[in-house]
Amino acid sequence: MPVIEVTNLHKRYGDLVAVRDVSFTVEAGEIFGVLGPNGAGKTTTVECVAGLRTPDGGGVSVLGLDPRRDGARLRQRLGVQLQESQLPDRLRVAEALELYASFYRNPADPARLIDDLGLGGKRNTPYKKLSGGQKQRLSVALALVGNPEIAVLDELTTGLDPQARRDTWGLIERVRERGVTIVLVTHFMEEAERLCDRVAVIDGGRVVALDSPGGLVSRVVPEQRIRFRPSSPVEDHVFTDLPEVSSVTRSGGQLVVTGTGDLLHAVTAVLARNQIVAADLRLEQSTLDDAFVELTGQRPAD
Amino acid sequence: MHAFGQILKIETRLYLRDFASPLITIALPLALLVVFGLIPAGRERNPQFGDRAFIEYFAPSLLVITLAMAAVNILPVVLATYRERGVLRRLATTPASPAALLAAQLVISLATILVGAVLLIGVGWLAFDVPLPRHPLGFTLALVLGTAALLALGLLVAAVARTAKAAQGMAVPVFMVTMFFGGVYLPRFLLPDFLVRIGDYTPPGVQALLDAWTADAPQPLHLAIMTVIAVIAGATAAKLFRWE
Repeated sequence: MPVIEVTNLHKRYGDLVAVRDVSFTVEAGEIFGVLGPNGAGKTTTVECVAGLRTPDGGGVSVLGLDPRRDGARLRQRLGVQLQESQLPDRLRVAEALELYASFYRNPADPARLIDDLGLGGKRNTPYKKLSGGQKQRLSVALALVGNPEIAVLDELTTGLDPQARRDTWGLIERVRERGVTIVLVTHFMEEAERLCDRVAVIDGGRVVALDSPGGLVSRVVPEQRIRFRPSSPVEDHVFTDLPEVSSVTRSGGQLVVTGTGDLLHAVTAVLARNQIVAADLRLEQSTLDDAFVELTGQRPAD
Repeated sequence: MHAFGQILKIETRLYLRDFASPLITIALPLALLVVFGLIPAGRERNPQFGDRAFIEYFAPSLLVITLAMAAVNILPVVLATYRERGVLRRLATTPASPAALLAAQLVISLATILVGAVLLIGVGWLAFDVPLPRHPLGFTLALVLGTAALLALGLLVAAVARTAKAAQGMAVPVFMVTMFFGGVYLPRFLLPDFLVRIGDYTPPGVQALLDAWTADAPQPLHLAIMTVIAVIAGATAAKLFRWE
């Protein structure tokens, strides 16, 4: 059952069209990624979902509610973590969570949430004294303190070091296990690949692709490459005769076999039949990065 | 309402934690009152001050320090900082409203001014024979309208400034003008007459405070001008204010 339905969303700021035509649905319990280059319209889209902006056209329905008309009711059930939103310097971790908990009818236990997010030792630390990762975790905690059914997390790990980023991913997976539907806005492909069940790639204010990360990759750039150094000379046709193989190239003593489907199995089988040992064998598969470049013509920012 | 109470509680705590702000706003005028009160010449009647003692003449200017600090120095910078850092926007995503935070800040400013005024009047009366306001109703009106005019100017600065830095840049001159015409930097008997007259109509209207405190009802025109400033600045601020 879809918990979020966005249909033909359109939003402009003056002459600038931020969102041209965006449609997607998010199912209960999934982690839905919204991907795209900077300025693609990702944040505007989720701001319309959160009821912070009024669409100029199209419809948004969240948990069966209109975010603009039923904003007060929706905000009890939707947690939002915004890009670049900070807290007062002197506000302490526990105070922030207790304050935000007081806004909701059925809040989570702030003390437990603090522990769950690994901020147990920072209970009385002022916001200013927290590290980037700790601030980010507190921000996620604030989005979850109302026990929401849906959490919208915008650029969750931007500005975090790789370890803090991985810790945050673990956190998101634990949140999903509690049954919370998550909308994750990101421009990190690795993050989307690791966490998301489905992703919508937005570019120029439009959805240019919507699929699982694996589905996107195999649909957009289905080719794989196998590199190895054969133990004895081998003719190209040994490989090109295989239906999976599309081309063979050589560089130095190295062979590069490109193809689709179950390429690795086909190549290793033919090598075994010919009693050739493949040294330094590497399988290169396309990643969401490649798919992203293919779809948007841009390198993902990193 | 519950959310507002919680926000007010936390914001009050943050305000007190800042320490320097309440200290300057409330303790500095009191300390100056004590210093001038302890100087014998400060307590002698002098025809130059309309047959009042210097501290009676100067007490309304000390009150201007509290008013100016709370309304045009602290308030706009706090609000602009909250907006710049996304505190207001974040609140807009919760069932609580950013308007509750704005209201809490106004309540804190008003409470600070009230406490400052009560302490200044009380300490002056108890320790240095500064009379209690002789025209209580007129004094209350002058204080309320002067406060309203200054708060409206503070909100206008918060509305116009895009960043916390800009708010600070705008608040400082407004604050200094308020202090100057309030007779804080130079007691007003040292100022040329036309500057004193301008000061009568500059928020918070120190002459109306002085009249009601030490003599009789404040002049209606003084109060009317404060009302006009409060309404115009307040309405403009409300029109221009952005939550993000």
